[in-house]
Amino acid sequence: MAELRTETMTVNMGPQHPSTHGVLRLVLELDGETIKSCMPTIGYLHTGIEKTAEQKKWQQVVPLVERMDYLAAQSNSLAYVLGVEKLLGLEMPQRVKDIRVLIAELQRMASHLVWIGTHAMEIGAVSMLFYAIRERELLMNINELVAGFRFFPSYFRVGGLREDLPRGFHEAVNAFLDRFPGKIDEFEGLLTKNDMFLHRTQGVGVITLDEALAWGLVGPIARGSGADYDVRRYFPYSGYETYQFDVPTATEGDVFARYRVRVEEMRQSVRIARQALQRISPSGSWACDDPRVVPPPKDKVYTEMEALIQHFLIYSQGFTVPAGDAYVPVEGPRGEHGCYIVSDGTNRPWRVKMRPPSFMAIQALPKIIENGMIADVIAVIGSTDVVMGDCDR
Amino acid sequence: MDATSIINALASLMPDVSYESGQSVDFATIYVPAASLVETCRALRDTPSLRLNVLLEVTAADYLPREPRFEIVYHLLSIPNRLRLRVKVRVGSNEVDGVVPTVQSVWPAAGWPEREVWDMFGIVFAGHTDLRRLLMPEDWEGHPARKDYPVQIRKAAQTYEPLEVTQDEFKANIERDRQRRSH
Repeated sequence: MAELRTETMTVNMGPQHPSTHGVLRLVLELDGETIKSCMPTIGYLHTGIEKTAEQKKWQQVVPLVERMDYLAAQSNSLAYVLGVEKLLGLEMPQRVKDIRVLIAELQRMASHLVWIGTHAMEIGAVSMLFYAIRERELLMNINELVAGFRFFPSYFRVGGLREDLPRGFHEAVNAFLDRFPGKIDEFEGLLTKNDMFLHRTQGVGVITLDEALAWGLVGPIARGSGADYDVRRYFPYSGYETYQFDVPTATEGDVFARYRVRVEEMRQSVRIARQALQRISPSGSWACDDPRVVPPPKDKVYTEMEALIQHFLIYSQGFTVPAGDAYVPVEGPRGEHGCYIVSDGTNRPWRVKMRPPSFMAIQALPKIIENGMIADVIAVIGSTDVVMGDCDR
Repeated sequence: MDATSIINALASLMPDVSYESGQSVDFATIYVPAASLVETCRALRDTPSLRLNVLLEVTAADYLPREPRFEIVYHLLSIPNRLRLRVKVRVGSNEVDGVVPTVQSVWPAAGWPEREVWDMFGIVFAGHTDLRRLLMPEDWEGHPARKDYPVQIRKAAQTYEPLEVTQDEFKANIERDRQRRSH
Protein backbone atom coordinates (compact mmCIF):
# COMPACT_ATOMS: atom_id res chain seq x y z
CA MET A 1 0.00 0.00 0.00
CA ALA A 2 1.28 3.44 -0.88
CA GLU A 3 2.43 5.53 2.01
CA LEU A 4 0.08 8.20 3.27
CA ARG A 5 1.16 11.60 2.08
CA THR A 6 1.41 14.03 4.94
CA GLU A 7 1.89 17.60 4.01
CA THR A 8 0.55 20.87 5.24
CA MET A 9 -2.11 22.67 3.31
CA THR A 10 -2.21 26.40 2.72
CA VAL A 11 -5.65 27.92 2.88
CA ASN A 12 -6.60 31.43 2.01
CA MET A 13 -9.22 32.86 4.34
CA GLY A 14 -10.75 36.13 3.25
CA PRO A 15 -10.66 38.91 2.26
CA GLN A 16 -14.38 38.36 1.69
CA HIS A 17 -14.95 35.90 4.48
CA PRO A 18 -18.08 36.97 6.34
CA SER A 19 -16.57 36.65 9.78
CA THR A 20 -13.43 38.64 9.15
CA HIS A 21 -15.18 41.90 9.98
CA GLY A 22 -14.62 43.51 6.66
CA VAL A 23 -11.64 42.70 4.56
CA LEU A 24 -9.06 40.88 6.59
CA ARG A 25 -7.21 38.15 4.74
CA LEU A 26 -5.46 35.32 6.53
CA VAL A 27 -3.15 32.84 4.84
CA LEU A 28 -3.31 29.78 7.04
CA GLU A 29 -1.01 26.80 6.91
CA LEU A 30 -2.93 23.80 8.16
CA ASP A 31 -1.90 20.41 9.38
CA GLY A 32 -5.23 18.65 9.37
CA GLU A 33 -7.35 21.04 11.38
CA THR A 34 -4.45 22.48 13.37
CA ILE A 35 -3.04 25.82 12.39
CA LYS A 36 0.70 25.70 11.88
CA SER A 37 1.17 29.29 10.81
CA CYS A 38 -0.92 32.30 10.03
CA MET A 39 -0.04 35.34 7.99
CA PRO A 40 -2.51 38.23 8.04
CA THR A 41 -2.67 40.52 5.04
CA ILE A 42 -4.21 43.93 5.52
CA GLY A 43 -4.51 47.12 3.56
CA TYR A 44 -7.69 46.40 1.59
CA LEU A 45 -9.43 49.28 3.31
CA HIS A 46 -6.53 51.70 3.22
CA THR A 47 -7.94 55.05 2.16
CA GLY A 48 -5.09 57.38 3.04
CA ILE A 49 -7.08 59.34 5.61
CA GLU A 50 -3.90 60.53 7.31
CA LYS A 51 -2.60 61.96 4.04
CA THR A 52 -5.96 63.54 3.25
CA ALA A 53 -6.07 65.12 6.68
CA GLU A 54 -2.89 67.04 5.89
CA GLN A 55 -4.75 68.90 3.14
CA LYS A 56 -7.69 69.93 5.34
CA LYS A 57 -8.13 72.65 7.89
CA TRP A 58 -8.08 71.65 11.54
CA GLN A 59 -11.84 71.56 11.97
CA GLN A 60 -12.37 69.69 8.69
CA VAL A 61 -10.32 66.74 9.90
CA VAL A 62 -12.96 65.73 12.47
CA PRO A 63 -15.25 63.96 9.97
CA LEU A 64 -12.23 62.28 8.41
CA VAL A 65 -10.89 60.71 11.58
CA GLU A 66 -14.39 59.52 12.45
CA ARG A 67 -14.30 57.37 9.36
CA MET A 68 -11.25 55.46 10.54
CA ASP A 69 -12.76 53.26 13.21
CA TYR A 70 -16.30 53.38 11.91
CA LEU A 71 -17.83 51.57 14.87
CA ALA A 72 -16.28 53.94 17.38
CA ALA A 73 -16.42 57.13 15.38
CA GLN A 74 -16.58 59.42 18.36
CA SER A 75 -13.63 57.83 20.12
CA ASN A 76 -11.50 58.81 17.16
CA SER A 77 -12.77 62.34 17.03
CA LEU A 78 -12.48 62.69 20.81
CA ALA A 79 -8.80 61.73 20.63
CA TYR A 80 -8.31 64.17 17.79
CA VAL A 81 -10.06 67.16 19.32
CA LEU A 82 -8.40 66.61 22.70
CA GLY A 83 -5.03 66.57 20.95
CA VAL A 84 -5.67 69.80 19.07
CA GLU A 85 -7.06 71.43 22.19
CA LYS A 86 -3.92 70.40 24.05
CA LEU A 87 -1.80 72.16 21.44
CA LEU A 88 -4.06 75.21 21.58
CA GLY A 89 -4.08 75.14 25.37
CA LEU A 90 -7.88 75.23 25.56
CA GLU A 91 -9.79 74.22 28.64
CA MET A 92 -13.38 73.10 28.13
CA PRO A 93 -16.31 74.13 30.33
CA GLN A 94 -17.46 71.36 32.67
CA ARG A 95 -20.69 70.84 30.76
CA VAL A 96 -18.81 70.16 27.52
CA LYS A 97 -16.61 67.63 29.30
CA ASP A 98 -19.63 65.85 30.73
CA ILE A 99 -21.41 65.72 27.39
CA ARG A 100 -18.29 64.32 25.78
CA VAL A 101 -18.03 61.63 28.44
CA LEU A 102 -21.69 60.73 27.96
CA ILE A 103 -21.41 60.52 24.18
CA ALA A 104 -18.19 58.53 24.40
CA GLU A 105 -19.83 56.00 26.71
CA LEU A 106 -22.88 55.69 24.47
CA GLN A 107 -20.45 55.11 21.63
CA ARG A 108 -18.70 52.39 23.59
CA MET A 109 -22.02 50.65 24.20
CA ALA A 110 -22.91 50.89 20.51
CA SER A 111 -19.58 49.41 19.50
CA HIS A 112 -19.78 46.62 22.05
CA LEU A 113 -23.29 45.84 20.85
CA VAL A 114 -22.02 45.26 17.32
CA TRP A 115 -19.23 43.18 18.79
CA ILE A 116 -21.51 40.97 20.92
CA GLY A 117 -23.93 40.51 18.05
CA THR A 118 -21.40 39.55 15.42
CA HIS A 119 -19.18 37.57 17.78
CA ALA A 120 -22.05 35.42 18.96
CA MET A 121 -23.47 35.08 15.46
CA GLU A 122 -20.16 33.86 14.09
CA ILE A 123 -19.95 31.05 16.57
CA GLY A 124 -23.50 29.95 16.05
CA ALA A 125 -25.86 32.08 18.14
CA VAL A 126 -27.39 33.81 15.14
CA SER A 127 -30.32 35.41 16.93
CA MET A 128 -27.96 37.41 19.16
CA LEU A 129 -27.23 39.67 16.22
CA PHE A 130 -30.83 40.83 15.99
CA TYR A 131 -31.17 41.48 19.71
CA ALA A 132 -27.93 43.45 19.81
CA ILE A 133 -28.56 45.47 16.67
CA ARG A 134 -32.03 46.37 17.91
CA GLU A 135 -30.50 48.04 20.97
CA ARG A 136 -27.83 49.69 18.87
CA GLU A 137 -30.56 51.17 16.73
CA LEU A 138 -31.70 53.20 19.74
CA LEU A 139 -28.19 54.56 20.16
CA MET A 140 -28.09 55.43 16.48
CA ASN A 141 -31.36 57.28 16.97
CA ILE A 142 -29.76 59.27 19.79
CA ASN A 143 -26.88 60.11 17.45
CA GLU A 144 -29.37 61.27 14.89
CA LEU A 145 -31.17 63.36 17.47
CA VAL A 146 -27.93 64.99 18.57
CA ALA A 147 -26.25 65.62 15.26
CA GLY A 148 -28.52 64.58 12.41
CA PHE A 149 -26.19 61.79 11.41
CA ARG A 150 -26.38 58.25 12.69
CA PHE A 151 -22.99 56.79 12.00
CA PHE A 152 -20.49 59.64 11.92
CA PRO A 153 -22.08 62.46 13.88
CA SER A 154 -19.01 64.76 13.94
CA TYR A 155 -20.53 66.25 17.04
CA PHE A 156 -17.24 66.83 18.82
CA ARG A 157 -15.46 69.85 17.46
CA VAL A 158 -12.20 71.50 18.31
CA GLY A 159 -13.23 73.96 21.00
CA GLY A 160 -16.34 72.17 22.20
CA LEU A 161 -19.35 70.70 20.49
CA ARG A 162 -21.10 71.48 17.26
CA GLU A 163 -24.21 72.86 18.90
CA ASP A 164 -26.22 72.51 22.05
CA LEU A 165 -28.09 69.36 22.95
CA PRO A 166 -31.48 69.09 21.30
CA ARG A 167 -34.79 69.09 23.11
CA GLY A 168 -35.73 65.63 24.26
CA PHE A 169 -32.14 64.47 24.60
CA HIS A 170 -32.33 63.71 28.32
CA GLU A 171 -35.55 61.77 27.90
CA ALA A 172 -34.16 59.71 25.04
CA VAL A 173 -30.93 58.83 26.84
CA ASN A 174 -32.78 58.14 30.09
CA ALA A 175 -35.17 55.83 28.32
CA PHE A 176 -32.27 53.95 26.83
CA LEU A 177 -30.33 53.73 30.09
CA ASP A 178 -33.43 52.44 31.90
CA ARG A 179 -33.98 49.78 29.31
CA PHE A 180 -30.45 48.69 28.57
CA PRO A 181 -29.29 46.90 31.78
CA GLY A 182 -32.21 44.51 31.45
CA LYS A 183 -31.17 43.84 27.89
CA ILE A 184 -27.62 43.05 28.98
CA ASP A 185 -29.11 40.51 31.37
CA GLU A 186 -31.03 39.10 28.45
CA PHE A 187 -27.85 38.81 26.36
CA GLU A 188 -26.07 37.13 29.22
CA GLY A 189 -29.00 34.79 29.66
CA LEU A 190 -28.53 33.73 26.07
CA LEU A 191 -24.75 33.37 26.17
CA THR A 192 -22.96 33.35 29.51
CA LYS A 193 -24.19 29.95 30.64
CA ASN A 194 -24.92 28.61 27.20
CA ASP A 195 -23.11 25.29 27.03
CA MET A 196 -22.29 25.54 23.35
CA PHE A 197 -21.02 29.07 23.70
CA LEU A 198 -18.82 28.01 26.61
CA HIS A 199 -17.39 25.13 24.61
CA ARG A 200 -16.50 27.44 21.79
CA THR A 201 -14.93 30.11 23.95
CA GLN A 202 -13.41 28.70 27.15
CA GLY A 203 -9.72 27.87 26.89
CA VAL A 204 -9.67 29.06 23.28
CA GLY A 205 -7.28 31.69 21.98
CA VAL A 206 -5.35 32.17 25.17
CA ILE A 207 -2.88 35.02 25.42
CA THR A 208 -0.93 35.68 28.61
CA LEU A 209 -0.56 39.11 30.10
CA ASP A 210 3.15 39.39 29.30
CA GLU A 211 2.56 38.43 25.70
CA ALA A 212 -0.34 40.83 25.36
CA LEU A 213 1.70 43.76 26.64
CA ALA A 214 4.75 42.82 24.58
CA TRP A 215 2.54 42.87 21.49
CA GLY A 216 1.15 46.28 22.40
CA LEU A 217 -2.35 45.04 23.18
CA VAL A 218 -3.88 47.31 25.76
CA GLY A 219 -7.60 47.59 26.25
CA PRO A 220 -10.13 44.77 26.59
CA ILE A 221 -7.70 42.10 25.33
CA ALA A 222 -5.10 42.90 28.00
CA ARG A 223 -7.83 43.28 30.62
CA GLY A 224 -9.04 39.81 29.73
CA SER A 225 -5.54 38.60 30.56
CA GLY A 226 -5.32 40.36 33.90
CA ALA A 227 -4.10 43.91 33.29
CA ASP A 228 -6.10 46.61 35.00
CA TYR A 229 -4.90 49.27 32.60
CA ASP A 230 -7.63 51.59 31.42
CA VAL A 231 -6.78 55.03 30.07
CA ARG A 232 -9.82 56.47 31.84
CA ARG A 233 -8.35 55.37 35.14
CA TYR A 234 -4.60 55.76 34.54
CA PHE A 235 -4.53 58.96 32.50
CA PRO A 236 -7.98 60.54 32.96
CA TYR A 237 -9.16 62.92 30.26
CA SER A 238 -12.31 64.99 29.91
CA GLY A 239 -13.02 64.70 33.63
CA TYR A 240 -13.15 60.90 33.97
CA GLU A 241 -11.39 61.16 37.32
CA THR A 242 -14.62 62.50 38.83
CA TYR A 243 -16.72 59.48 37.81
CA GLN A 244 -17.36 56.33 39.80
CA PHE A 245 -16.75 53.19 37.79
CA ASP A 246 -14.92 49.88 37.95
CA VAL A 247 -12.43 48.53 35.47
CA PRO A 248 -13.51 44.94 34.85
CA THR A 249 -10.75 42.39 34.45
CA ALA A 250 -10.43 38.66 34.04
CA THR A 251 -7.37 36.48 34.31
CA GLU A 252 -7.89 33.55 31.96
CA GLY A 253 -6.91 35.41 28.80
CA ASP A 254 -9.19 33.30 26.60
CA VAL A 255 -12.09 34.26 24.37
CA PHE A 256 -14.57 33.87 27.21
CA ALA A 257 -12.55 36.16 29.48
CA ARG A 258 -12.61 38.88 26.84
CA TYR A 259 -16.34 38.33 26.47
CA ARG A 260 -16.92 38.78 30.19
CA VAL A 261 -14.76 41.91 30.28
CA ARG A 262 -16.69 43.57 27.46
CA VAL A 263 -20.09 42.67 28.85
CA GLU A 264 -19.13 44.13 32.20
CA GLU A 265 -17.76 47.20 30.41
CA MET A 266 -21.21 47.80 28.99
CA ARG A 267 -22.66 47.79 32.51
CA GLN A 268 -19.99 50.21 33.68
CA SER A 269 -20.72 52.42 30.69
CA VAL A 270 -24.33 52.61 31.78
CA ARG A 271 -23.13 53.62 35.23
CA ILE A 272 -20.90 56.38 33.88
CA ALA A 273 -23.56 57.57 31.46
CA ARG A 274 -26.09 57.91 34.29
CA GLN A 275 -23.69 60.03 36.33
CA ALA A 276 -22.88 62.17 33.30
CA LEU A 277 -26.52 62.67 32.41
CA GLN A 278 -27.31 63.85 35.92
CA ARG A 279 -24.63 66.51 35.69
CA ILE A 280 -25.63 67.85 32.30
CA SER A 281 -28.11 70.69 32.47
CA PRO A 282 -30.57 70.75 29.56
CA SER A 283 -29.10 73.97 28.26
CA GLY A 284 -25.88 75.79 28.91
CA SER A 285 -22.48 76.31 27.39
CA TRP A 286 -21.58 73.90 24.62
CA ALA A 287 -18.23 75.34 23.59
CA CYS A 288 -15.36 77.17 25.17
CA ASP A 289 -15.29 80.95 24.85
CA ASP A 290 -12.09 81.25 22.84
CA PRO A 291 -12.89 83.54 19.89
CA ARG A 292 -9.99 82.15 17.84
CA VAL A 293 -11.66 78.79 17.50
CA VAL A 294 -15.35 79.09 18.26
CA PRO A 295 -17.44 81.21 15.90
CA PRO A 296 -19.46 83.98 17.56
CA PRO A 297 -23.19 83.41 18.10
CA LYS A 298 -25.40 84.16 15.14
CA ASP A 299 -27.20 87.14 16.67
CA LYS A 300 -23.86 88.89 17.12
CA VAL A 301 -22.78 88.03 13.58
CA TYR A 302 -25.85 89.83 12.28
CA THR A 303 -25.40 92.90 14.46
CA GLU A 304 -21.68 93.43 15.15
CA MET A 305 -18.96 94.04 12.61
CA GLU A 306 -16.17 92.35 14.61
CA ALA A 307 -18.26 89.24 15.08
CA LEU A 308 -18.99 89.11 11.38
CA ILE A 309 -15.28 89.37 10.56
CA GLN A 310 -14.45 86.67 13.06
CA HIS A 311 -17.17 84.42 11.69
CA PHE A 312 -15.85 84.94 8.18
CA LEU A 313 -12.25 84.27 9.22
CA ILE A 314 -13.08 81.03 11.01
CA TYR A 315 -15.14 79.68 8.13
CA SER A 316 -12.78 80.73 5.34
CA GLN A 317 -9.27 80.41 6.75
CA GLY A 318 -9.85 78.36 9.85
CA PHE A 319 -7.63 78.91 12.85
CA THR A 320 -3.96 78.32 13.39
CA VAL A 321 -2.53 75.97 15.97
CA PRO A 322 0.83 76.63 17.66
CA ALA A 323 3.68 74.55 16.32
CA GLY A 324 4.44 71.39 18.25
CA ASP A 325 3.17 67.88 18.65
CA ALA A 326 0.76 66.18 21.02
CA TYR A 327 -0.53 62.70 21.66
CA VAL A 328 -3.69 62.37 23.67
CA PRO A 329 -4.93 58.86 24.40
CA VAL A 330 -8.55 57.97 25.02
CA GLU A 331 -10.02 54.62 25.95
CA GLY A 332 -11.90 53.48 22.90
CA PRO A 333 -14.03 50.35 22.75
CA ARG A 334 -11.11 48.41 21.29
CA GLY A 335 -8.35 49.79 23.45
CA GLU A 336 -6.23 52.86 23.44
CA HIS A 337 -7.10 55.26 20.65
CA GLY A 338 -4.51 57.96 20.53
CA CYS A 339 -4.04 60.72 18.07
CA TYR A 340 -0.53 61.96 17.39
CA ILE A 341 -0.83 65.44 15.94
CA VAL A 342 1.98 67.55 14.57
CA SER A 343 1.38 71.20 13.85
CA ASP A 344 3.70 73.56 12.01
CA GLY A 345 1.82 76.63 13.18
CA THR A 346 -0.48 76.99 10.19
CA ASN A 347 -4.19 76.41 9.68
CA ARG A 348 -3.70 72.81 8.50
CA PRO A 349 -2.25 69.85 10.38
CA TRP A 350 1.25 68.80 9.40
CA ARG A 351 0.62 65.22 10.37
CA VAL A 352 -2.24 63.31 11.95
CA LYS A 353 -1.60 59.75 13.03
CA MET A 354 -4.11 57.61 14.84
CA ARG A 355 -2.93 54.77 17.01
CA PRO A 356 -5.08 51.89 15.80
CA PRO A 357 -5.85 49.23 18.40
CA SER A 358 -7.17 46.85 15.72
CA PHE A 359 -3.86 47.08 13.87
CA MET A 360 -1.98 45.82 16.89
CA ALA A 361 -4.59 43.13 17.54
CA ILE A 362 -4.28 41.75 14.01
CA GLN A 363 -0.51 41.84 14.25
CA ALA A 364 -0.75 39.64 17.34
CA LEU A 365 -3.40 37.36 15.82
CA PRO A 366 -0.90 34.67 14.64
CA LYS A 367 0.45 34.55 18.20
CA ILE A 368 -3.04 33.82 19.54
CA ILE A 369 -4.29 31.31 16.97
CA GLU A 370 -1.22 29.30 16.04
CA ASN A 371 -1.44 25.67 17.18
CA GLY A 372 -5.16 26.10 17.64
CA MET A 373 -7.98 24.64 15.58
CA ILE A 374 -9.23 26.25 12.42
CA ALA A 375 -12.76 26.57 13.77
CA ASP A 376 -11.40 28.64 16.64
CA VAL A 377 -10.02 31.29 14.30
CA ILE A 378 -13.51 32.69 13.95
CA ALA A 379 -14.02 32.82 17.70
CA VAL A 380 -10.67 34.50 18.23
CA ILE A 381 -11.16 37.14 15.55
CA GLY A 382 -14.56 37.89 17.03
CA SER A 383 -13.10 38.23 20.50
CA THR A 384 -10.36 40.64 19.42
CA ASP A 385 -13.13 42.85 18.00
CA VAL A 386 -11.10 44.18 15.11
CA VAL A 387 -12.45 46.81 12.76
CA MET A 388 -10.65 46.94 9.47
CA GLY A 389 -11.31 50.62 8.95
CA ASP A 390 -9.40 51.24 12.14
CA CYS A 391 -6.63 48.90 11.08
CA ASP A 392 -6.06 50.18 7.55
CA ARG A 393 -7.12 53.82 7.88
CA MET B 1 8.57 62.17 35.50
CA ASP B 2 10.04 64.80 33.20
CA ALA B 3 12.50 64.39 30.37
CA THR B 4 15.52 65.54 32.42
CA SER B 5 15.12 62.88 35.09
CA ILE B 6 14.60 60.19 32.44
CA ILE B 7 17.76 61.32 30.68
CA ASN B 8 19.64 61.28 33.99
CA ALA B 9 18.45 57.74 34.64
CA LEU B 10 19.62 56.70 31.18
CA ALA B 11 22.92 58.58 31.38
CA SER B 12 23.94 56.67 34.49
CA LEU B 13 23.55 53.44 32.50
CA MET B 14 25.03 54.63 29.21
CA PRO B 15 27.32 57.57 29.94
CA ASP B 16 28.75 57.94 26.44
CA VAL B 17 25.41 58.47 24.65
CA SER B 18 24.16 62.02 24.20
CA TYR B 19 20.43 62.35 24.83
CA GLU B 20 18.42 65.50 24.31
CA SER B 21 15.12 66.49 25.76
CA GLY B 22 12.45 67.75 23.39
CA GLN B 23 9.75 70.40 23.66
CA SER B 24 6.36 68.97 24.44
CA VAL B 25 2.99 69.99 25.79
CA ASP B 26 1.79 66.60 27.00
CA PHE B 27 4.49 64.25 28.33
CA ALA B 28 8.26 63.87 28.27
CA THR B 29 10.05 63.67 24.94
CA ILE B 30 13.63 62.58 24.44
CA TYR B 31 15.79 62.43 21.34
CA VAL B 32 17.94 59.34 20.98
CA PRO B 33 20.75 58.86 18.43
CA ALA B 34 19.93 56.05 16.01
CA ALA B 35 23.16 54.18 16.80
CA SER B 36 22.22 53.58 20.43
CA LEU B 37 18.47 53.15 19.99
CA VAL B 38 18.21 49.45 20.79
CA GLU B 39 20.19 49.50 24.03
CA THR B 40 18.38 52.68 25.08
CA CYS B 41 15.02 51.00 24.50
CA ARG B 42 16.14 47.95 26.40
CA ALA B 43 17.19 50.18 29.30
CA LEU B 44 13.87 52.03 29.16
CA ARG B 45 12.04 48.74 29.35
CA ASP B 46 14.13 47.13 32.09
CA THR B 47 15.17 49.96 34.43
CA PRO B 48 12.97 49.60 37.53
CA SER B 49 12.25 53.32 37.85
CA LEU B 50 10.99 53.47 34.23
CA ARG B 51 9.75 50.02 33.14
CA LEU B 52 8.21 51.25 29.90
CA ASN B 53 6.85 47.84 29.07
CA VAL B 54 4.39 48.69 26.29
CA LEU B 55 5.27 50.06 22.89
CA LEU B 56 2.08 51.78 21.81
CA GLU B 57 3.06 52.80 18.34
CA VAL B 58 5.84 53.71 15.99
CA THR B 59 5.26 56.45 13.51
CA ALA B 60 7.17 59.10 11.65
CA ALA B 61 6.80 62.65 10.46
CA ASP B 62 8.34 64.20 7.38
CA TYR B 63 9.62 67.75 7.97
CA LEU B 64 10.61 68.53 4.37
CA PRO B 65 12.57 70.76 3.58
CA ARG B 66 14.16 70.76 7.01
CA GLU B 67 17.22 68.60 7.53
CA PRO B 68 17.35 66.06 9.22
CA ARG B 69 14.18 65.47 7.33
CA PHE B 70 12.39 62.71 9.23
CA GLU B 71 11.60 62.05 12.84
CA ILE B 72 10.65 58.57 13.94
CA VAL B 73 8.41 58.67 16.98
CA TYR B 74 7.99 55.87 19.51
CA HIS B 75 5.22 56.19 22.06
CA LEU B 76 5.96 54.20 25.18
CA LEU B 77 3.81 53.40 28.17
CA SER B 78 4.68 52.09 31.60
CA ILE B 79 1.71 50.45 33.26
CA PRO B 80 3.44 49.84 36.63
CA ASN B 81 4.74 53.42 36.87
CA ARG B 82 1.85 55.24 35.13
CA LEU B 83 4.33 56.90 32.84
CA ARG B 84 4.37 57.88 29.20
CA LEU B 85 7.37 58.76 27.13
CA ARG B 86 7.91 59.84 23.55
CA VAL B 87 11.20 58.75 22.04
CA LYS B 88 12.27 60.46 18.84
CA VAL B 89 15.00 59.56 16.40
CA ARG B 90 16.16 62.04 13.80
CA VAL B 91 16.72 60.63 10.34
CA GLY B 92 18.34 62.68 7.60
CA SER B 93 17.29 62.27 3.98
CA ASN B 94 20.57 60.42 3.28
CA GLU B 95 20.06 58.10 6.26
CA VAL B 96 16.81 56.42 5.31
CA ASP B 97 18.53 53.25 4.18
CA GLY B 98 19.09 51.03 7.17
CA VAL B 99 20.57 53.50 9.65
CA VAL B 100 17.81 53.15 12.22
CA PRO B 101 17.75 49.70 13.83
CA THR B 102 14.54 47.84 14.51
CA VAL B 103 13.36 47.55 18.11
CA GLN B 104 11.58 44.25 17.49
CA SER B 105 14.02 42.53 19.84
CA VAL B 106 12.82 44.76 22.69
CA TRP B 107 9.10 44.91 21.89
CA PRO B 108 7.79 42.44 19.31
CA ALA B 109 4.92 44.89 18.77
CA ALA B 110 7.29 47.03 16.69
CA GLY B 111 7.02 44.68 13.71
CA TRP B 112 4.00 46.04 11.88
CA PRO B 113 4.29 49.70 12.86
CA GLU B 114 7.86 49.76 11.53
CA ARG B 115 6.66 48.05 8.39
CA GLU B 116 4.05 50.77 8.03
CA VAL B 117 6.67 53.48 8.50
CA TRP B 118 8.73 51.89 5.73
CA ASP B 119 5.65 51.60 3.54
CA MET B 120 4.57 55.19 4.09
CA PHE B 121 7.90 57.01 4.50
CA GLY B 122 10.50 54.72 2.96
CA ILE B 123 12.66 54.50 6.07
CA VAL B 124 14.39 51.12 6.18
CA PHE B 125 14.83 49.61 9.63
CA ALA B 126 18.06 47.64 9.86
CA GLY B 127 17.52 44.05 10.94
CA HIS B 128 13.73 44.06 10.51
CA THR B 129 12.47 40.53 9.94
CA ASP B 130 9.76 41.24 7.40
CA LEU B 131 9.98 44.62 5.73
CA ARG B 132 7.32 44.41 3.03
CA ARG B 133 4.46 46.62 1.91
CA LEU B 134 1.74 46.56 4.52
CA LEU B 135 -1.03 48.99 3.65
CA MET B 136 -0.16 49.75 0.02
CA PRO B 137 -0.29 47.11 -2.71
CA GLU B 138 2.85 45.08 -3.22
CA ASP B 139 3.65 46.67 -6.57
CA TRP B 140 3.21 50.25 -5.40
CA GLU B 141 5.96 52.71 -6.18
CA GLY B 142 6.91 55.50 -3.83
CA HIS B 143 6.05 56.24 -0.23
CA PRO B 144 2.75 58.10 0.03
CA ALA B 145 3.08 59.87 3.39
CA ARG B 146 6.17 61.77 2.29
CA LYS B 147 5.56 65.45 1.79
CA ASP B 148 6.99 65.40 -1.75
CA TYR B 149 4.56 62.68 -2.79
CA PRO B 150 1.66 64.08 -4.83
CA VAL B 151 -1.74 64.04 -3.19
CA GLN B 152 -3.89 63.28 -6.20
CA ILE B 153 -2.44 60.31 -8.01
CA ARG B 154 -4.11 57.68 -10.12
CA LYS B 155 -2.68 54.30 -10.75
CA ALA B 156 -4.30 51.48 -12.64
CA ALA B 157 -4.66 48.41 -10.49
CA GLN B 158 -2.56 45.59 -11.89
CA THR B 159 -4.18 42.79 -10.00
CA TYR B 160 -6.99 41.97 -12.41
CA GLU B 161 -5.00 41.70 -15.61
CA PRO B 162 -5.79 38.34 -17.20
CA LEU B 163 -3.40 35.54 -16.49
CA GLU B 164 -1.48 34.97 -19.70
CA VAL B 165 -0.91 31.23 -19.65
CA THR B 166 -1.75 28.91 -22.49
CA GLN B 167 -3.64 25.68 -21.93
CA ASP B 168 -0.44 23.65 -22.45
CA GLU B 169 1.61 25.71 -20.07
CA PHE B 170 -1.13 25.38 -17.49
CA LYS B 171 -1.19 21.59 -17.82
CA ALA B 172 2.60 21.36 -17.74
CA ASN B 173 2.63 23.46 -14.62
CA ILE B 174 0.20 21.18 -12.82
CA GLU B 175 2.14 18.12 -13.94
CA ARG B 176 5.38 19.63 -12.69
CA ASP B 177 3.79 20.38 -9.34
CA ARG B 178 2.48 16.83 -9.07
CA GLN B 179 5.93 15.43 -9.87
CA ARG B 180 7.50 17.64 -7.25
CA ARG B 181 5.02 16.64 -4.57
CA SER B 182 5.33 12.91 -5.19
CA HIS B 183 9.07 12.97 -4.50
